[in-house]
Order: sequence, then C-alpha cells, then structure tokens
Amino acid sequence: VAVTNPEKVGLCPRLCSQTSLAMFRSKVFSVRRRYSDFLGLYEKLSVKQSLHGCIVPPPPEKSVVGMTKVKVGMDDPSSVEFVERRRAALERYLQRVVSHPSLLQDPDVREFLEREELPRAVSTQALSGAGFLKMINKASDAVNKMTIKMNESDTWFEDKFQEVENEEQQLRKLQAVVDSLVNHRKELCGSTALFAKSMAMLGNSEDNTALSRALSQLAEVEEKMEQLHQEQAASDFFIFAELLADYIRLLAAMRGCFDQRVRAWQRWQEAQSTLQKKREAEAKLLWANKPDKLQQAKDEITEWEARVTQYERDFDRIGMTVRKEVLRFEKEKAKDFRSQLVKYLDAMLQSKQRLVKFWEAFLPEAKAIA
Amino acid sequence: GEPHPGPRAVNVDLQTDATLQVDISDALSERDKVKFTVHTKSTLPNFKQNEFSVVRQHEEFIWLHDSFVENEEYAGYIIPPAPPRPDFDASREKLQKLGEGEGSMTKEEFTKMKQELEAEYLAIFKKTVAMHEVFLCRVAAHPVLRKDLNFHVFLEYNQDLSVRGKNKKEKLEDFFKNVVKSADGVLVAGVKDVDDFFEHEKTFLLEYHNRVKDASAKSDRMIRSHKNAADDINRIASSLYTLGTQDSTDLCKFFLKVSELFEKTRKIESRVAADEDLKLADLLKYYLRESQAAKDLLYRRSRALVDYENANKALDKARAKNRDVLQAETSQQLCCHKFEKISESAKQELIDFKTRRVAAFRKNLVELAELELKHAKVT
Repeated sequence: VAVTNPEKVGLCPRLCSQTSLAMFRSKVFSVRRRYSDFLGLYEKLSVKQSLHGCIVPPPPEKSVVGMTKVKVGMDDPSSVEFVERRRAALERYLQRVVSHPSLLQDPDVREFLEREELPRAVSTQALSGAGFLKMINKASDAVNKMTIKMNESDTWFEDKFQEVENEEQQLRKLQAVVDSLVNHRKELCGSTALFAKSMAMLGNSEDNTALSRALSQLAEVEEKMEQLHQEQAASDFFIFAELLADYIRLLAAMRGCFDQRVRAWQRWQEAQSTLQKKREAEAKLLWANKPDKLQQAKDEITEWEARVTQYERDFDRIGMTVRKEVLRFEKEKAKDFRSQLVKYLDAMLQSKQRLVKFWEAFLPEAKAIA
Repeated sequence: GEPHPGPRAVNVDLQTDATLQVDISDALSERDKVKFTVHTKSTLPNFKQNEFSVVRQHEEFIWLHDSFVENEEYAGYIIPPAPPRPDFDASREKLQKLGEGEGSMTKEEFTKMKQELEAEYLAIFKKTVAMHEVFLCRVAAHPVLRKDLNFHVFLEYNQDLSVRGKNKKEKLEDFFKNVVKSADGVLVAGVKDVDDFFEHEKTFLLEYHNRVKDASAKSDRMIRSHKNAADDINRIASSLYTLGTQDSTDLCKFFLKVSELFEKTRKIESRVAADEDLKLADLLKYYLRESQAAKDLLYRRSRALVDYENANKALDKARAKNRDVLQAETSQQLCCHKFEKISESAKQELIDFKTRRVAAFRKNLVELAELELKHAKVT
C-alpha cells in the first residue's frame, strides 16, 4: 500500500494499493481518500477489534494549524513539510493496518482500500482536538476508577504493562531530545547560510587576489554545508522523530488493549455478582412462597449463568489475544526500529562522505594562497 | 589551576628572534581572575638575567597596551590589539546550573555533562592564554616596540604593577576621547588623500573592518548552533543507552550499538565545532581587532595631516601679519616632521599588516580544511 499525490483540493491523497491477495478484486488499484476517511476507518476498527484485544494502529494526529495553512494555499516550506509529513504518516498507518493479519480480514479495511466513494465519516469527534493519547488516558482513568480492583492471577500481564509504561516514558524522553536536535539543526542551516554570505562579502573586500578567491571558495563550501544540514534535518525528522512519535502512540494503543482486558474481567465479575443477587432473590421468593415470580427468577438465573460463562470465556480469549498481539507487536517494533535507525545512520554516513569531497576540493585553494 | 600544555593557537606568523623570546609558560585560574606566568628569554643587555618569569594579570596587559596607544612616539605604528578580558561567566553559570540539576538526571548523564562543561572551561582558558601570549609576541617582534621601557618593566619587574582598573573619571575621559575620535573619523574619512597608497588603504580598511566584524559575528552564531546540535546528540546517545539497558533482547543490544555510534558522532561533531572556533572564529576576531588598530593608525596620520595643514595656515597668517613668525615656523616644521615620520612608518606597517594577514589566513584555512577532513574520515 502506498499513499501518494496529496492534492490540495479537498486534500484527498490518492491511495495506491498493490496486492497479490486473492480476496481483492484486482491486483493494482487506487482510490482517493480524505483525511477524515482515515479517522473514520480507525473509529470503525477500534470499536470492533479492540474488544478482542487487538492493537489497532492509531492514525496521525489532527493539526488545525497545519491544515489551515495548507487550505489557505500557502506555499512556504513549513506547509510543504506538513503535507509531506501527513502523507508519510498516513502511509505508515495504512501499512501497519494491512500488515496485521486480523485487521486485513476486516471488511471495513477492504472497503476502505477498494470502494470508489466512501460515505463521509461523521464520528471523528473523539479524535479531534484532544487527540489520540488523551483519549486513551481518559479511558485508562475510567478503568482504574472502577470499584472492583482486579486481582491478577497471571503476573505476565502486570509485568508487561509496567514494561510498556516504562518504555513509553523512555521514548518520550528520547523524542524530546530528537525534537531539540531537529530544531538546532534547522538553526544551524540558517546560521551557516548567513555565514556563507558574510564570507563571500569578506572575500570581495580582500585585496590579495589568491586570498580573495580562497574566501569565496570557502563561502561556497559553507553553502554546500548548509545543504547538507538541511538534508540531515529532514532525515532527523522524517526518519527518527516520526518513528518515535508513532511508537509512543502505538504503545498507548497497547495500553488500551490491556485496559480492555481489565474491563472484560470487570464485566465478568459484575455478571457474577449480579448472578449472586439473582440467586439470593430466588431464595427470598422461595421463602416468601410466591410461585409466579419464582419462574421469572429462575429464568433470570439461567440467563445470567449463561452470561457469566460467556464473559469468562471472553475474558480468557481477550487475554490470549493480547498475549499474541504483544508478541507480534514486539517483533514488528524490533524490525521497524532496526530498519529505520539503519536508514538514519546510512543517511548520516552519506552526508559525511559528501562533506569530505567538499573540503578536499577546498584544500588546494587554501594552499594556493600566497 | 590548570597548567598550560602543548601548542597554542597562535594565529599570527611571527619570526622568533633569539634576542627576545616571550611566552606564557603557565596560567592559573582563581575565582574571578587569571594569573599568567610571563616567561622571557633574552640576550639583550637591558635585562638583569637571561631568563626570568613574572606573574601578570589581565589589567596589566591592558595598562601596557594603553601606554603604547598614548605614546606619541608610536603614533606611526599599528599597536598590537589588546587581548580581550578573560570571560568565564557563561561557563561558570553552566557549571552551577548543572550542580543544581544534579538530582534530576542519572549519574551517567551527570558525569558526562560535567566532563563536557569542564572541557569547555578548559578550552576557553586555553584561548585566553593564547590571546594574551599573541599580544606579547607581537610586541616582542616589533622592531621599535620591543625596546619600550614599559614593556621591559612589564616583563621583568617581579612585583605587582599596581595597575588598578580605570576609575570613574578616567573612564569618562576615555568616553569623550572616543566621541571626538568618531566625529573626527567621519570628517577625516571624507577628505580625499593626495597619496594614492593611503587613499586606497583607507577605503579598503573601512570596508574590510565592517565585513570582518559581520563575518566574526556570523561565525560565532554558526559555531554555537553546531555545539547545540552536538549536545543534543550527546543526550540522544544517553537516552538510547538507557533504553538498551532495560533488557537483553536483540533490540536492546541494537540500541546499545546505536548509542555507541551516536556517542562517537557527538565527539567528532564537538571537535569540529571546537576546531572551527579556533581556526575560523578566533582568526576573524583577531583580524577584527587588528583592522581596528590599523584604522586607528590611519586616523592618527589624518590628525597629523590636519595639524600640519593648520600649522601651514598659521604660518601664512603670521607671515602676513609679520608676527610670531619664528614660532609659527618652528611649529610648522614640527608638524611637518611628525606627519612625514608617521606616513613613512605607517606605510611599512600597513604593508606588513597585509603580509601577516594573508599568511595567517592561509595557515588557518589550510589547517581548518585538514582538520575537517581528518574528522570526517573517522568512521
């Protein structure tokens, strides 16, 4: 799946999919989708799948500032960057969705990829303003506030949850520093450009011919350095920073799964206590000798016994799914981090090599000063 | 205190002369002052011994510089620019902040940052020593200034020169002197010189000085951005290290490796920034000060020319009125002599300045390029 050609009109990126899977109608196809469509997909998936304990990848954040600029039609570098950022993020989001075996089977996903026209997604309010992370945290608080505290028989879940929280914290710290690096790199770009101009002026003033030329050459080298810094800043951002941002949100999604499991447990427990109450009610009726109400009570007990069994089964199943999901996630994460960081380091290396060429060309000029 | 090791960043090419060699052999940083050990080796008969050392502080260097500037005899020379005041304020502040924030970071991070800041402090220290040394070497290399009595006292007198910083009155006098100077400067710059050489030099120096000033400021900013980026890379390395030590999975091992790479990168980037600072920023700063000193020389020559022209006018008037003619003649001769003397030595000084400048830029630009290549090739 690739997301290409974001167009400003209605801001509909074109979605190009390539597949060899039999379930799709054709091998290569493309559709146009709006950003709100992506949000809508997430809504649908999370409602269905997270009940089973699936980690549903979250879509990229809404950005009022970014979108307004683009809508207004500003062509400055920051809005160009925003569009590219949005495009890349949407692409990663979809790739994660389709690489998940269960989600790929989901009819909503198929529809999203294939159908020409999608009905306008309306229930995207949850993801507006507050953003994805706040939503998860709010839900988490709600779970924690519930009166019945879960006594964990399986320490695996507790340990994992702690690990996830730790990791999220570490990644946040790292993200803050990488963001700082991106900013300083951009500053370096700017100050290098100014310095280059200044050196060129100085070279013009210098009345020794060879020195004058060398200074002009130095100015050119610095201009090339600015270019390098620019590329490096892009690499810092698009490869490293975005990777961290994605995983911070994915870890939050994972926390959401754990919370779902707790909710499932709570549902089971509540059903058990309701069943207990029904049994007590039946006993009271037996005592009070009210045969007509007795049948109803017996029916209710049967109903609730079934529910208890169902909820227990659900709880066990969600537990298994969460375990599976976590393992799968960890594999994906390791792969992702490896490939992205290797890409990042490669870019750094390339940069260094070009730097060498620039200075090698300059050295003889400097030596020629007489 | 820190002893003064190894080769200094001397950014002027000077011939060392066996008859008088001056260097700063040691330096001590105390609280808010730096004590320089000025070491002299000389075969000149003026000194009591052939080799001796004294301890001097920054104010005493300034006193020596100012005594040259105020000496009418030296009006025709480019007075070597005074070294800037040692400034550890920023560095000290950072070290203090680090101490306050010790509780909020891991032991590793703290140790690392402390080492960073200490290295920075040491670098500033080395620089200030180098700049004070360059000043003395320039004086020692100058055929006339090296014979100056104050200079000899500075080198030899092993007691405190009791040169307190300028008091309020003196500072005010300086202020007015500078105001007059700049007003004159405008006036003088407007008068076209008959001598082509000096006319060219005036135009050249005015423009050059401004552009060197701009280049110096911009280079400082660029190097600061570079240092900031290197600091971030340092913190990224620490952060990745923490992530890597959480567990012993393959991913964690990978994080540790990447952390190492970032650490290496950071070291290289820091060195690059430091080298740019020494070879480029310091060079520009130095020539900013020297070009100002050269401008000051031109100004003094212009003043002497104005005095000469006024003396001529006064002589004409005296002759016309036939009053105080002898007095006017003597005065005019003195002014003429003074002006010619300054012009002659100024010409040579300005030619030497150019030679020194070209040599210094060559040396530093070559070294800069070589260092950049050296650092970039480390894999």
